[in-house]
Amino acid sequence: MLDNKEMRDVYCDKLLELAKQNKDIVILEADLMKSTKTDRFFKEYPERSFDVGVAEANMMGVAAGLAACGKIPFCATFAPFATRRCYDQVFISICYSQQNVKIIGTDPGIAAELNGGTHMPFEDMGIMRTIPDLVCVEPTDAAMLESLVPQIADYKGAVYVRMFRKKAHKIFDESDTFDLFKAKKIRKGKDCTIICSGIMVKKALDAQKELEQQGYDIGILNTATWKPIDKEMVIECAKESGAIVTAENHNIHNGLGSAVAEVLVENYPVPMKRIGIKDRFGQVGKMDFLEKEYNISISDIVQAVKETIKRKKA
Amino acid sequence: MQIRELEKKADQIRKMVVEMIGRLGVGHVGGALSAVDLVTALYYKEMKIDPKNPKWKERDRFVMSKGHAGPALYAVLADKGYFDKEHLKTLNLPNTILPSHCDMNKTPGVDMTAGSLGQGLSCAVGMALAARLDNLDYYVYALIGDGESQEGQIYEALMFAAHKRLNNLIVFIDNNRMQIDGYTDDINKIEPIDKKADAFGYFTQRVNGHDIQQILDAIKKAKAQTEKPSFIVLDTIKGYKFKLAEEKGPACHNMSIDETDWREYACCKEE
Repeated sequence: MLDNKEMRDVYCDKLLELAKQNKDIVILEADLMKSTKTDRFFKEYPERSFDVGVAEANMMGVAAGLAACGKIPFCATFAPFATRRCYDQVFISICYSQQNVKIIGTDPGIAAELNGGTHMPFEDMGIMRTIPDLVCVEPTDAAMLESLVPQIADYKGAVYVRMFRKKAHKIFDESDTFDLFKAKKIRKGKDCTIICSGIMVKKALDAQKELEQQGYDIGILNTATWKPIDKEMVIECAKESGAIVTAENHNIHNGLGSAVAEVLVENYPVPMKRIGIKDRFGQVGKMDFLEKEYNISISDIVQAVKETIKRKKA
Repeated sequence: MQIRELEKKADQIRKMVVEMIGRLGVGHVGGALSAVDLVTALYYKEMKIDPKNPKWKERDRFVMSKGHAGPALYAVLADKGYFDKEHLKTLNLPNTILPSHCDMNKTPGVDMTAGSLGQGLSCAVGMALAARLDNLDYYVYALIGDGESQEGQIYEALMFAAHKRLNNLIVFIDNNRMQIDGYTDDINKIEPIDKKADAFGYFTQRVNGHDIQQILDAIKKAKAQTEKPSFIVLDTIKGYKFKLAEEKGPACHNMSIDETDWREYACCKEE
């Protein structure tokens, strides 16, 4: 059942469930209620739902004010507007002021598809992860999102959620358990570990299968939370496999690969390569075109893994 | 407190502000002094507050959106007993609870962090909405600057609060007509700001921001109507009643004060 659900439906269902128990949960939208599909929440709890119109900066400030009075606001808009458009509002009114606000940025990276370069955030996690104390997370699929929404609501502090809006590839089972602050090791491997997030987890798994046929033993670590990154688990994987490839639907600058590199360089350096957008702007296109255009496809991962393994000391 | 007492209190607060900044030697003198009469009227007469319980859920809130006027608020909060007056000697010193710009996590009694101009009003709107959700009857007062009103977010917030008919929100603008680079009219004119607020859907008034009676009357009228949020233009003088600051014009936004000068001002007898 959950497998057929879009991520946004999971998000709204969980919020509706939480709102029933906790009257402090409120939601805000900036004229994208129909894209986030929170209209059901607006209908069920009209007094706890606010559509501020096309005014993201104001949305963040209003959310901060609500949080200052004990509310737990969830504000959603497209990721570029939730982050780069109102960076200072998130920085000062929410994070510096220590407000308990949850920010949802939808359509990450190439998922922005036909909205093109203006709407295609390859930098959102990068700029958000430089805000002190802000938790930055990219849930992988419906099962993980369903488990994380209540954890995010319970966590006392600001969280940025980079959320794929539509139907994500199923990676996990409903019975799987998740911890907001722990990476999920999908499999162990002795030749190399692919550390990945979001839509790249499915690609990493496909790359692993291809590499397995060629005789490689590849591990997969899903680090949904980029900040604070699960340092221990990253080091454990480096120790297990002696080589790391990161895969992210994001600029390689200041993204997941950077976060992993920071951990490894200071703790356990091993050969490493980053798959991600190589400092370019977005453009219009469907995801199958864009993943080739930006070299973040399965074959790009396969090649990167092989190159990285070659660099390992004999 | 009677008007005469409030006026005396405001003069006393002004002295505390000048001393606080004077001890350090430099600070945002002008915009703090132009805001003193409003903050005095609010905290000594109008606001429902409990200095012993600064986080009281049912209290009225004040958002100093022009966060650099923090010293005006700090003097009042200290005098009201939110914290020891000794702290006033630590403005902007390392580990102080009184930073240059208002910080709700550092200073007891400060309701919202502000300082990056344009942002505080949105937060005040959120607070006013929260009152409605919680069925509480508190008011949210916000003070914005005239220079600050060049920020676009101010108008996003004004529009939304009017749309939501937040009759528990009273917005004041400290219209001292100056900003860092010069006179607001020369840099980027915001007037006629009352007409703009009116067009946005506010119950709008314009008063002398140094006449406490006028301020209190305006608040009374604002509260008497329940249809709209209120917008009160306070025509003020930057650096009010501190001659050295007033004479500097726009340069009093952030100015140095010599020890002899602040001592002379802060220690002079009441008029």
